[in-house]
Amino acid sequence: MSFINYPAREINCKIVYYGPGLCGKTTNLQYIYKKTNPDAKGKMISLATETERTLFFDFLPLSLGEIRGFKTRFHLYTVPGQVFYDASRKLILKGVDGIVFVADSQVERMEANVESVENLKANLVEQGYSLDLIPYVMQYNKRDLPNAAPVEEMRKLLNPNGVPEFESIATEGPGVFETLKSVAKLVLVELKKGAGG
Amino acid sequence: MSFTQLVLYEEEFKRINDVLTKLYSETNAKVIFLVDRNGQLIANTGETENLDTTSLASLTAGNIAATGSMAKLLGEKEFTIIFHEGYRDNIYISIVGRRVIMVVIFDERSSLGLVRLRAKKAGDDLTTIFDELLRKVDSKTEEGVSPFAEITDDDIDKLFSE
Repeated sequence: MSFINYPAREINCKIVYYGPGLCGKTTNLQYIYKKTNPDAKGKMISLATETERTLFFDFLPLSLGEIRGFKTRFHLYTVPGQVFYDASRKLILKGVDGIVFVADSQVERMEANVESVENLKANLVEQGYSLDLIPYVMQYNKRDLPNAAPVEEMRKLLNPNGVPEFESIATEGPGVFETLKSVAKLVLVELKKGAGG
Repeated sequence: MSFTQLVLYEEEFKRINDVLTKLYSETNAKVIFLVDRNGQLIANTGETENLDTTSLASLTAGNIAATGSMAKLLGEKEFTIIFHEGYRDNIYISIVGRRVIMVVIFDERSSLGLVRLRAKKAGDDLTTIFDELLRKVDSKTEEGVSPFAEITDDDIDKLFSE
């Protein structure tokens, strides 16, 4: 849920990167962190295990500039992708303004992708949200791998409603900022709608 | 969606700051800050210059969320207070009015008993302020007075044009 702070002339929004284990959620944030101007970002925090698997979440605060005299700040979070961390995933979805689903393009991960989308839907419903109403974009990651499934196939399985979708290689950058901009834009449009405009 | 958006206005911000400043001097604390349950920093006072308050806010909210889930697993409604004891600094975290988290960081110049006593009173005062604030936000939303109603698609595009 966005937070409008008049005294500080700031608006804060929360974006969550969701997806199955090892799909590249943390890598998305790491790339954004690496490529962002130091003035525009805060520290990136990763609560991870010793083997660098996300344990609770990653967090990256980002400033995008001003809109009508208000600084727009986006707080980016990832969830832990591994199936047994569901309790943590639910917590991170609290107060979410926009969601990026990071799908692993590898053919053998398709089932994990589908399962994770279903998990996302269920966890949102539990909190009174609906994936159909919340700003939501789809990212097909790891497009550079030889075992990547065709995008049409992934679209059929994961994006039947045709939300904005992006092909990406999060380790190298293509698609990462396009995805972020798209979801941030949707969040701001939603905010405008919510304000009765 | 039926959730009330958190909006902070000058008037309440000033009242909140007054409560925090009073608590700060009464407890000899180092830093006091308020965080929304979603991890957004609302206000802070004290020695914050070298402190990454944005990260602290996000981690505090994660901490409270995890503790809340642990409470539910035990059949508790919630744990309203969390205390971390360090070698030098201690952190006292309490939930205020179900929606906001108050964090008091203190060292040997203060004590847990004192912080606990004073924080309770401050928490009651803050609850009143936030109740009023939420009522105000609700009524303003109905009237559609938010400045964001006037954002144009152009404004949004400009943000991403660089």
